[in-house]
Amino acid sequence: MATKIVMEALSPTMEEGRLVAWKKRGGEAVKNGETLAEVETDKAVMELVAREDGVLRKVVLPEGSTVPVGGLVAIVGSKDEDISRLVGVPASAAPPPQGVGGRVSGVATPAATATPKVAATAVPAPQAALLHATPGSSRVRSSPLARRLAAERGLDLALLTGTGPAGRVVRRDVEAAGAMAAGTAAQGHGGAGLAAAALPARAPAAPVPQLPAGFQDVPLSTMRKTIARRLSESLGPVPHFFLTTEIEMERAWEARQHLAGLGDATKVSFNDLIVKAVALALRQHPAVNAWFLDDRIRYHGDVHVGMAVAVEDGLITPVIRHADRKGLREIAAETKALAERARARRLTPEDYTGATFSVSNLGMLDIDEFTAVINPPEAGILAVGRIAQRAVVADGAVVVRRTMRVTMSCDHRVVDGATGAKFLQTVKLMLENPLAMLL
Amino acid sequence: MPVLTYRDALNQALREEMARDPSVFLMGEEVGVYQGAYKVSRGLLEEFGPMRVVDTPITELGFAGVGVGAAMAGLRPVIEFMTWNFALLAIDQIVNSAAKMLYMSGGQVPIPIVFRGPGGAALMLAAQHSQSFEAWYAHVPGLKVVTPATPADAKGLLKSAIRDNNPVVFIEGEMMYNQKGEVPEGEHVVPLGVAEVKREGKDVTIVAHAKMVAVALKAAEELAKDGIGAEVVDPRTLRPLDLPTIVASVRKTNRCVIVEEGWPFAGIGAEVVDGIQREAFDDLDAPVLRVTGADVPMPYNRQLEKLAKPDAAKVVAAARKVLYQG
Amino acid sequence: MTDTATTREKLPAAEADALRKMLRDMVLIRRFEEKAAEAYAHGKIGGFCHLYIGQEAVAVGTMAALRPDDTIMTSYREHGQALARGVSARAVMAELFGKATGSSGGKGGSMHIFDAATNFLGGHAIVGGHIPLVTGVAFAIKYREGDQVSVGFFGEAAVNNGAFHEALNMAAVWRLPAIYICENNRYGMGTALERASAIYDVAQRACSYDMPAEVVDGMDVLKVRDAVARAAQRARDRYMPTLLEIRTYRFMGHSMSDPIHGHYRTKDEVEEAKAKDPIHTFAERLRADGLLDDERWQTMEAEVADEVEDAIRFADESPDPAPEALYADVYREGSS
Repeated sequence: MATKIVMEALSPTMEEGRLVAWKKRGGEAVKNGETLAEVETDKAVMELVAREDGVLRKVVLPEGSTVPVGGLVAIVGSKDEDISRLVGVPASAAPPPQGVGGRVSGVATPAATATPKVAATAVPAPQAALLHATPGSSRVRSSPLARRLAAERGLDLALLTGTGPAGRVVRRDVEAAGAMAAGTAAQGHGGAGLAAAALPARAPAAPVPQLPAGFQDVPLSTMRKTIARRLSESLGPVPHFFLTTEIEMERAWEARQHLAGLGDATKVSFNDLIVKAVALALRQHPAVNAWFLDDRIRYHGDVHVGMAVAVEDGLITPVIRHADRKGLREIAAETKALAERARARRLTPEDYTGATFSVSNLGMLDIDEFTAVINPPEAGILAVGRIAQRAVVADGAVVVRRTMRVTMSCDHRVVDGATGAKFLQTVKLMLENPLAMLL
Repeated sequence: MPVLTYRDALNQALREEMARDPSVFLMGEEVGVYQGAYKVSRGLLEEFGPMRVVDTPITELGFAGVGVGAAMAGLRPVIEFMTWNFALLAIDQIVNSAAKMLYMSGGQVPIPIVFRGPGGAALMLAAQHSQSFEAWYAHVPGLKVVTPATPADAKGLLKSAIRDNNPVVFIEGEMMYNQKGEVPEGEHVVPLGVAEVKREGKDVTIVAHAKMVAVALKAAEELAKDGIGAEVVDPRTLRPLDLPTIVASVRKTNRCVIVEEGWPFAGIGAEVVDGIQREAFDDLDAPVLRVTGADVPMPYNRQLEKLAKPDAAKVVAAARKVLYQG
Repeated sequence: MTDTATTREKLPAAEADALRKMLRDMVLIRRFEEKAAEAYAHGKIGGFCHLYIGQEAVAVGTMAALRPDDTIMTSYREHGQALARGVSARAVMAELFGKATGSSGGKGGSMHIFDAATNFLGGHAIVGGHIPLVTGVAFAIKYREGDQVSVGFFGEAAVNNGAFHEALNMAAVWRLPAIYICENNRYGMGTALERASAIYDVAQRACSYDMPAEVVDGMDVLKVRDAVARAAQRARDRYMPTLLEIRTYRFMGHSMSDPIHGHYRTKDEVEEAKAKDPIHTFAERLRADGLLDDERWQTMEAEVADEVEDAIRFADESPDPAPEALYADVYREGSS
C-alpha cells in the first residue's frame, strides 16, 4: 500500500521545512529507518526517515524547496502499484501549529532582531475542527486516547508525527508535542516518566524532550495565585524583575590561568566556570531551579543549565545536563561541542530542551551588563557581562580589580526578591572563591 | 498467617461450611472412601458420615440432577465433577435444570447448589481431559461462575459459593491444588462478583483468571526488569463480572492484555474486551490484545502442548506490543 | 350387567365423597383440556400445548394416593397432574395464557407449571431430564429422615434415555423413597414404542436395578390409586423405590400441532381406545354402585363447566407481566 511522505514536525516549533538534499533517488528501494532526505527546520538540519519498506516512487518536493509541515514531499510504495490517486492530491497546506507553543531562545536584548515566536504561556487557542483531517489529506490514524489528549491540549492531530504502527499517533506523540507547549502541559496519564521510558530506540525523528527525571509539583497557594495574576496583569505574561551584582573575578582569573598553564587538556573558559557556579548555586537554592506551569510550580530535582549561543541568524540555548555533577573539564568539552553543533545547525531537540535555568553571556561582545528575557517555563536567567578591570573601593581605598557584572532576571511568580538575591549571592561567592566550588 | 495448599484451603472451606449448616452435603465420584480423586475431600467422610459425603456411580448427568432435585427440596448440595471435562455429560442439568428453575417457576424454586471441580489443562492429558469451559457457563443467565487462583481465594470463594442461593459453577485447577499460599484464619469469606488487583502497576493492565494469574505475575516480573509496571487484575468471579475494577485499571494504564487458558473464539477475554472498549474507549492508547490457548484440541506431545498454552513470554510480548515497544 | 360388574367388589359407600371427587377431578381435567385446545386454536395460548385427554385417570388416581407433603414432578404434558394436585384452574389457565397471574407469573408457560404450596415442582421439558431430579428430592427426604415420597411422571419414550437409567440406578442402590410413574401411552411423539424399544414392557427394566415394578391399567382410576398407594407405602416404610408402568392412551395428538390420527396411528385404533374412556367407565361404575345419579352427574358437569369458564375469563382479563419481570428472578438474592 503506497503511502504519502509528508513534511514532518521535526522540531516542536517547526512550521515549515526546507528540503536540503535527497538521499534517495526516485525508483530506489528504501527500508524502514533509512534516511530519505535532509530537511532544514527552524533550528537545525534534520533527517527525514522512512517508516516502512518500499520503493521511492515519486519525489514531489525538489531540493531547495520549502513546504509547510504536513505538506507532501514524496510517495513510497511497492514497485508496480498504481499511485495516481495519491499523486493527484494537491500538497496539503496544513495550518501552522498554533497550539504548539515553542520555547523562546534567550533573546540578547529586549529589542532584539529576529525575534522568534514568543511562547504563549497562556492557554493557546484550541484548533477548530481538530479531529477532522485537513482538506485533501488522508485520515489521521490515532488511538482514542491520543485524540482525547490532543483535543484537551488544543493540538492538531494531523500535524503530529505518529510513532505507532502505520503512523498511528499515540499518547507519547501527543505528549512529546505538548510537553514543549509552555503552560499547556495537562496532566498526562502515566506521567512523564513513562513517556520517557516508552520511547523505543528506533523511533526516528520524533521531537523528544529530555525532561529531567525527578521533580516535585507543588500546586499554587491562594497567595501565589493572586501574586501571579496581579503581576502578570501589570507586566505581561512573565513578570520579570531584575537583580544586579558585581563580582570580583581576580581569583577566578588566577585559577583559570593556573589551569591553562597545566596544559591544553585543562583549559577552561570563564563561561565554564560561570556555568558550574550557577549549577552549584541552583543546588543550594532549589526554589530557583523551577518551572512555572500555569497552575503549579515544578521544582526540579535535577539541574540542567542552558547556555545561550549566538548562531548566524539568531540564538539557541543548548543544555548542559546535570551541570552540578560534572567537572569543569566535562563542562568545557560539552560546551565546546554543543556550540559547534549549534553553529552548524546540527542540534537535536534533545540538545536544546529541558533546561531548568539559563545563562546568557555577552561579555565577549564587550557588553558591560544587560538584562535577558527568561525562557519559559524556566523561572530565571543570568545575563553575564564582560570581565574588565575597574576601579573599586576596598578598605577605604580605590583599587583596580577585575570585575564582572551579572544581571539575574527572575519570574516573580516563582522567585521573590530575597530568594533571587540569595541565589545570586551564592553565585558571587563561588566565583569570588573558586575553591568553594569544591565543597 | 497460615500457609495452606489450594487443596487444603478447599478442604477447610468444605469442612467449615458443612459444620456450619447441616443442609450442606458433598456428592461425587470418589469423594468419600477414596478421600477424593484429588484429595480435596480428605477426611470429610470420617467426620460427617455417608449421608453427607456421598460416593456416586459414574453418572455425571444423574448425580448432577440428583443434586438439583435435592436443592429443589431445600438442601444445599456441593456436586463434585472429577473434572469439568466430564461435566459435559451433565450440562443439561446445569443449564436446563439448575440455571432456569427459579425463572421458569416465577421465583418459587431457588437452586442453592455448587458444582465444583478442576478445569483447564494439566500436563499431557490430551484433548478430552484438558478443556476450559468457563465461557460456556458464563454465557448462561441464572448461573454464577467462579475461578479462584490462589489458596486464599479458593477458600473464601467456596464458602461464598456454598452460601449463595444460586447455582454456582466453581472451577478449580489440577495444577493449582499443590500451590501454596497464605490463607487468613477465621471466617474468611470472599464475596462473589468482586475482582482483585493482584499486583499494582501503572504502565499496562493484564487481566487474568485461574491458572493464568500466575502466568501474568511472572510476566509482570519480567516486564519490571525493563522498568515497565504491569498491573495484574484477577476477576475471580467471571459471572457476574466486576467490570468496573478492570476498567478503572485500564483508565490508569491506557493499555490492556488479557490472558486466558481457553480457546480464543468467543472466549472470556472477548467479553472483557467488549467491556473495556465500551467503557474506556477514550482512555485506550492501543488495541486490547488477548493471549489465549491455541485454537486446537489439546495435543498430547509435550512440546506441542507447550505451544498450545499461554506462557509468560507470550504475555510479555503482547504487553510490549501495546506499549509500542515491539 | 357384565361379568366384571358381578365379580368385582362394590365400592364402599363410606368413600363416596372421595370417589366422587376423583370423578370430578377427571371431568375437570377433560373440560379444561378441551377449552385449552379451543383457546390455543384462537391464538390465546402460544408455543406448545400438550393435552392430557384420555390419561386423566393416571393423574387423578395418583394424587388420590398421596399426601400433601409428598413431592410431584412431571414432564411437559402436565396440566392434568397440576389440576389433580390442586393447582387452581385459574392459575393454570392464566399461565397457559402467559399472564402475570399464572402459576409462574407467565414466565413458564404450558410446559413449566410450578406450585410450591402444593409441592408441585414442575413442569420440565427435556425428555427424561427431570427424572434425576425426582431421585434428588427422594435423596433429600432420606437425608432428613422423613417419610414423604418423591413422585415423578414421564412418558415411555423417556425410559430409553440415559437420565432414566442413571436416576433409577441411584435410587435403587441408595434405597430412596421415590415412585417412578411411566405413563405408557404407546407413542413417543410419532414413534410407536415397538420401534424405539428393544423391550416392550417398560416394567421389565426395573430388574436392571433390582427395583419393584408393576404394570397398571391406566384407564382405571382405582387401579392406579391402589398401585400408587402400594408404592407409597413401600417408600415410606422401607425407603424402597418403585417403577410403575401405567398403560394409558392419549386421544389427541402428541401436541396441538400433531393430528389425532393418520401419520402414525389409525382412526380405528383411536376409536377403540375411546371406548375405554376412563371417565365414562368410572362414572358407570359409580352409578352401578349407587354412588352417582343423573342429578349429581349433571350438577357436577355444570359446576366443572363453570369452573373452567371462570378460569378462561380470569385468564383473559388478567394482565401481562410487566416489562420489569423480564429481569426478575434470574438470581435469588441473599445467602445462607
